[in-house]
Amino acid sequence: MISPSVLLLFGWMIVPLALTVYFSFLRYNLLIPGTHEWIGFMNYQYFLTDPAFFEAMKNTLLLVGGVLLLTVFGGVGLALVLDLPFWGQGVVRVLIIAPFFVMPTVSALVWKNMFMNPVNGLFAHAAKFLGLQPFDFLAHAPLFSIIIIVAWQWLPFATLIFLTSLQSLDQEQMEAAEMDGAGPANRFIYVVLPHMARAITVVILIQTIFLLSIFAEILVTTNGGPGCASTNLTYLVYAQSLLQFDVGGGSAGGIVAVVLANIVAIFLMRMIGKNLEA
Amino acid sequence: MARNVSPSRKTAITFLAWSIGLMMFFPILWTILTSFKTEAEAIASPPSFLAFHWTFENYLEVQERSNYFLHFLNSVIISFGSTILGLLLAIPASWGMAFVPGKRTNNLLVWMLSTKMLPPVGVLIPIYLIFRDTGLLDTRTGLVIVLTLINLPIIIWMLYTYFKEIPHEILEAARMDGATLGAEIMYILTPMALPGIASTFLLNVILAWNEAFWTLNLTAAKAAPLTAFIASYSSPEGLFYAKLSAASTMAIAPILILGWFSQKQLVRGLTFGAVK
Repeated sequence: MISPSVLLLFGWMIVPLALTVYFSFLRYNLLIPGTHEWIGFMNYQYFLTDPAFFEAMKNTLLLVGGVLLLTVFGGVGLALVLDLPFWGQGVVRVLIIAPFFVMPTVSALVWKNMFMNPVNGLFAHAAKFLGLQPFDFLAHAPLFSIIIIVAWQWLPFATLIFLTSLQSLDQEQMEAAEMDGAGPANRFIYVVLPHMARAITVVILIQTIFLLSIFAEILVTTNGGPGCASTNLTYLVYAQSLLQFDVGGGSAGGIVAVVLANIVAIFLMRMIGKNLEA
Repeated sequence: MARNVSPSRKTAITFLAWSIGLMMFFPILWTILTSFKTEAEAIASPPSFLAFHWTFENYLEVQERSNYFLHFLNSVIISFGSTILGLLLAIPASWGMAFVPGKRTNNLLVWMLSTKMLPPVGVLIPIYLIFRDTGLLDTRTGLVIVLTLINLPIIIWMLYTYFKEIPHEILEAARMDGATLGAEIMYILTPMALPGIASTFLLNVILAWNEAFWTLNLTAAKAAPLTAFIASYSSPEGLFYAKLSAASTMAIAPILILGWFSQKQLVRGLTFGAVK
């Protein structure tokens, strides 16, 4: 009963991955048909010494780190507020979770045009209203702008998970801490945060996996530019292989991306594996 | 928290929570409002919030100019198709692992999940070339295959955590009462598993609907779902804010509604049961 799924997943993972490894050792360009020459580690050498690679690595780290920072701190803050008693909890939850369901191309284009556009965007209108010079977000701070867009998409996810975790916090424990004279700050640091540690770890790991592969948001906003200012590793591999048709070089980049993602994945898998036994 | 708070404090919290909620939702609200404006009003400075001339023209024009319905249909076929196919593959697998666990079940589950960790660029080129050579590029069939495979681990995991919660004792009791295997499946297992299957279905339709790496890379015009169709607005000519908004509103509305129904399952599905 299990075997069809296993076989399919195995085929899906191993066959293309093996092909990517194989291609990465070839001089293989779709524009030069017929050449499949074995060139050893040349592609890796070119890819890893390309200045674009360093820029892309830096951008990947900044993108992942920036979004994580915003969503984890923002998410904990929002979850703490949503956990308090107020009128209309259901509606506010629905409003906050909504951005997570917006497809990446829509959120990127809406932010790009209707908010960040230096002439017609809402931010430009606001700047003019305040007598300031409108700022061209995607031209002058492309990576920062993409971080904002992506953080808007992922903040609901973090908030929802932290809220779920908060709601499973034992109320008696909080009361006991309060009776022992712990103030709100101490209760947060010594009771709430340790309780949420697991949820926070899970959010960081899962988001990292998804954020390493951010693609659509970059494609529709900046195309990785200006220059390579907002190119991440995923976009660089896409550009190398499907825009410049360099299959060999792109494959080498793909393998580098796989290795990077695996480092994160190992930690995540350990956590989830432990959970299974519990 | 079930604690008594003073009404004034509750009012203050209500105000704070609603402001945050409205701020997060504002880009979506703004998109919906803009979709009912004329192009000139959409870029007017200062922008008008509600006091504009409401029109449905953009919706008609988007359909007329770009055959919106085709892309909508592609999205529906691809997301529902891949989810149904995924469920057909996953139900027996999760069932087996939940009710007849072997020594390697846990390892198998973890391994399945690890395929989800593989960054798509790692396999983009071979898949692209295979699709090109087999004529699957820019076809719905091709996308259904890819999306089924990338979401299969999530489907299996979600179902597994739901099936795990069905108590074995119930089955034994039914057998003692002389239920046949068919009756067991029909009257006991199916009703108990149905809520889990339904929420798995819902979450995976959402994930497939919004998937934007493979859909952008493997489609051109014919099989492009809404993700790829909207992306074509990234290099527009002339006035287009209102039309972009109309196209976007239609693309996100169905999934927003489905999403709100599934928010409870979302946490469980996306954390693979690590947070419940």
